[in-house]
Amino acid sequence: MEPLIFQLGKKGRTAGAHLLEGVGEMELPNNALRDKLPLLPEVSELDVVRHYTRLSQKNFSIDTHFYPLGSCTMKYNPRACNTFAMLAGFRDRHPLAPEMVSQGFMKCMFELQEMLKAVTGMSAVSLTPMAGAQGELAGVTMIRAYHLDHGDDTRTEIIVPDAAHGTNPATAKMCGCSVRELPTQPDGDVDLVALEALVGPKTAGIMLTNPSTLGVFERNIKAIQEIVHGAGGLLYYDGANLNAILGKVLPGDMGFDVIHINLHKTFSTPHGGGGPGSGAVGVGDTLKPYLPVPFIARQGSNYVWEDSSVHSKSIGRLSAFMGNAGVLLRAYVYMRLLGESGMSRVANYATLNANYLMEKLKSVGFDLAFPSRRASHEFVLTLKRQAKESGVTAMDFSKALLDEGFHAPTAYFPLLIPECLLIEPTETESKETLDQFIAAMAKILEETQRDPQAIKDAPVSTPVRRLDEVRAARQLNVRYSYQDHEGLGEIEDPRSL
Amino acid sequence: MPFIPHTESDTQAMLRDIGVENIEELFDEIPSEFHCLGLKGIPKALTEFQLARLMRERSAKDQIKLSFMGAGAYEHHIPAAVWEIATRGEYYSAYTPYQAEASQGTLQVIYEYQTMIASLTGLDVSNASLYDGASALAEAILMAVRINRKSRSKRVLIPKTVHPFYVDVVGSITRNQGIKIVQLPYDNETGQVSLSALDAYSHEDITAIVIPQTNVFGVLEEVHTITQWAVDHDVLAIALVNPVALGLLKPPGEWGPDGVAIACGEGQPLGIPLSSGGPYFGFLSCREAFVRQLPGRLVGRTTDLEGTQGFTLTLQAREQHIRRSRATSNICTNQGLMVTAATIYMSLLGPRGLRRVAEHCHVKTRDLVSVMNGIDGVDEVFTGKRFHEAVLRLPVSVEAVLNVLSEWGILGGVPLSSWYPELGEALLVCATETKSDDDLKIYGQALRAAIDQVSEA
Repeated sequence: MEPLIFQLGKKGRTAGAHLLEGVGEMELPNNALRDKLPLLPEVSELDVVRHYTRLSQKNFSIDTHFYPLGSCTMKYNPRACNTFAMLAGFRDRHPLAPEMVSQGFMKCMFELQEMLKAVTGMSAVSLTPMAGAQGELAGVTMIRAYHLDHGDDTRTEIIVPDAAHGTNPATAKMCGCSVRELPTQPDGDVDLVALEALVGPKTAGIMLTNPSTLGVFERNIKAIQEIVHGAGGLLYYDGANLNAILGKVLPGDMGFDVIHINLHKTFSTPHGGGGPGSGAVGVGDTLKPYLPVPFIARQGSNYVWEDSSVHSKSIGRLSAFMGNAGVLLRAYVYMRLLGESGMSRVANYATLNANYLMEKLKSVGFDLAFPSRRASHEFVLTLKRQAKESGVTAMDFSKALLDEGFHAPTAYFPLLIPECLLIEPTETESKETLDQFIAAMAKILEETQRDPQAIKDAPVSTPVRRLDEVRAARQLNVRYSYQDHEGLGEIEDPRSL
Repeated sequence: MPFIPHTESDTQAMLRDIGVENIEELFDEIPSEFHCLGLKGIPKALTEFQLARLMRERSAKDQIKLSFMGAGAYEHHIPAAVWEIATRGEYYSAYTPYQAEASQGTLQVIYEYQTMIASLTGLDVSNASLYDGASALAEAILMAVRINRKSRSKRVLIPKTVHPFYVDVVGSITRNQGIKIVQLPYDNETGQVSLSALDAYSHEDITAIVIPQTNVFGVLEEVHTITQWAVDHDVLAIALVNPVALGLLKPPGEWGPDGVAIACGEGQPLGIPLSSGGPYFGFLSCREAFVRQLPGRLVGRTTDLEGTQGFTLTLQAREQHIRRSRATSNICTNQGLMVTAATIYMSLLGPRGLRRVAEHCHVKTRDLVSVMNGIDGVDEVFTGKRFHEAVLRLPVSVEAVLNVLSEWGILGGVPLSSWYPELGEALLVCATETKSDDDLKIYGQALRAAIDQVSEA
């Protein structure tokens, strides 16, 4: 077990290369100053480097493991994206630096806006939302602004399919809307009759992921579009699954009014252990006036910022500056490396890999949630039968995969499929890796019949076994306390450094 | 094919196993009218080498020699080890730690981070991060509205001394939930929140108040007095703080009689490069009593079935993937990698190192102001004590001066004319520990020359 960084410390130890010399007297009032120093680690630089290197080794990551995490698009993150985004001129650029010394960065961002318009079929893009959920917030806020601008303050209902990501209903609520849930039919498409009954004068819009989170393309998209637009609502495209149709279908062509794009999925910026993401939004002409600011425009050969002073109907700012610029640069690099032909191949091979995995897993004895459907870039298995027969659940399966050296697929999502695994291989995995995964899945399946308890005991090879989550919530411990650690603690007199 | 490993024979074998003739057939459920024919407007692919050259050329265009810009994004020295470690693939390319057994590294880092932020702010509980300082303030306000049941107004006092972009963000994010922002004026002399203006709200229903330390002018606010006012009037106090300053300044958990309820701020100064404004991270901490109203992820310490210590995401019933429309926020992805870097930064600096950085920032700005005071017609605008920023008034157009300076490779500061036109030709300057005495002299000489050039023109 790796101790906490605090436990590695010793009173008086410092990473000396980072300790500046004293400054003498300052003219600050005493009641504005700390009496005691904060409880930060007292460690050497080697302590720090060793500790965080060791901790890193306790992680699964794309760089070390296959990560077939449905709906998350865990494709390879090219190293060049990081290297180029961290070039000194980009890394050290202040967000408010004048335009005349920012043309290099601004040109990249303008071209990124243009490329995102091209792959989504929308007419304008704002790069500022900092994650998918913030892109959703931007989108629904724009939809609200549009209705209010047209004198309609009654449209406060957002329709969300029951298979949707949790962020969709949570976003609708943050935007002051109520959520109407749209049921799914047994074949995976949404229920059009139910949709007809849901829409009306209160409908602000619908949030749709297509292909859906069930791993199938929504075949009735045209009818949905007609019903929602016909009722005066707008269509929001959740770009979580854009990888499935990149270069194949443009969301704008399907009639969507607004889209967010998870650049950390489709355009391969790193997930970083939970972020940063980027949720750029694109809009059709209807919502163009409401786009969040700032964005970049071209004037002759110069690039300039545009904000609310030009776009008076904008919903405003969503981040202090212009969003996760460094993430945007990484996405830009990725798109330039792929180019037109590379980008058109993404959906092809993501879909090939998913259908291959689906077919092979079916042939070794797994049940598909939608056996009559093609996989998109992902698909859903259900372990309902295994759970009933042997008591081995989707959770147990996930943990057993960790022992086989694979990150688990997304489990128990979408919520409407019992004991499900949502599997997304992405286009960057080779046939060999997929075959190894299939073999591991077959092995676990076989073991559920022979020795189900072994699967229930998994994982055994990870740094910890299954964790007591009930205890984590009931005996809440969310920070270290120095109280029972002798020799460490608060430095009482900060002036005596 | 960049990043696609398939050979032609792989592809053929896979298609055979699926039972289709070609890849196109896999898309046969998509109505044909929606199939697009190629991507228009995407340039041809470049090799990594070609792109390296292009990106080097573009980044070189933006390189400057010397910057005195702050206003919410600050230049600090970042120890080499910070990003050497943070960009290890095991951190860089990992997902959100939902599979705890396969994510103990990230989870322990976040637990350590939570401990450090709680201690810096003097509060009990920190979440695992939000997007940036401005969105953290918006979430803190939404949280305060949920907590303060004694108030029904949803009116939140935000001083005009809070960064105007932050106020804009709060408006965009909270407007549709009926939250009303009331702006408090500042004292023209001190640059602090006007306490007499604050008193005028003593008999009104106010849900929360935001207390910036330091404020957008770099000035220290009367935090104890304002926190006391909040306690006296059942107003929830939210501190908006700079984490490096907290190495030196009193933590919000100790303001007033017994501290604020919530603290938040921009984490960028803790080892995150300026990078055009992001990715940064927002931090948010609170008293334990409010933990169930906290938005975003939270890591807890627990044990595994053998009794070994381990870490896991906890209290997830607050979050969107469980609670859906009844979640505390819609946030899912946060700023994990930035948190990893900040945790390494804080570990390398330690309690003494961080305090010394804060002291140096303060002293460098003091010295910068005294250099500038020696220039004819340049004056400091406010009398309030400052941390590491100051507002200067110039005798000529700030915009013109900044243009001249940037031609010389110097970014002289942030002009305040569009945010605070009432201040006239005002310039916000910042000097951190990265500036040498020579840098200050160079800037002083350059500013003098730029002012001369502009006034002669």
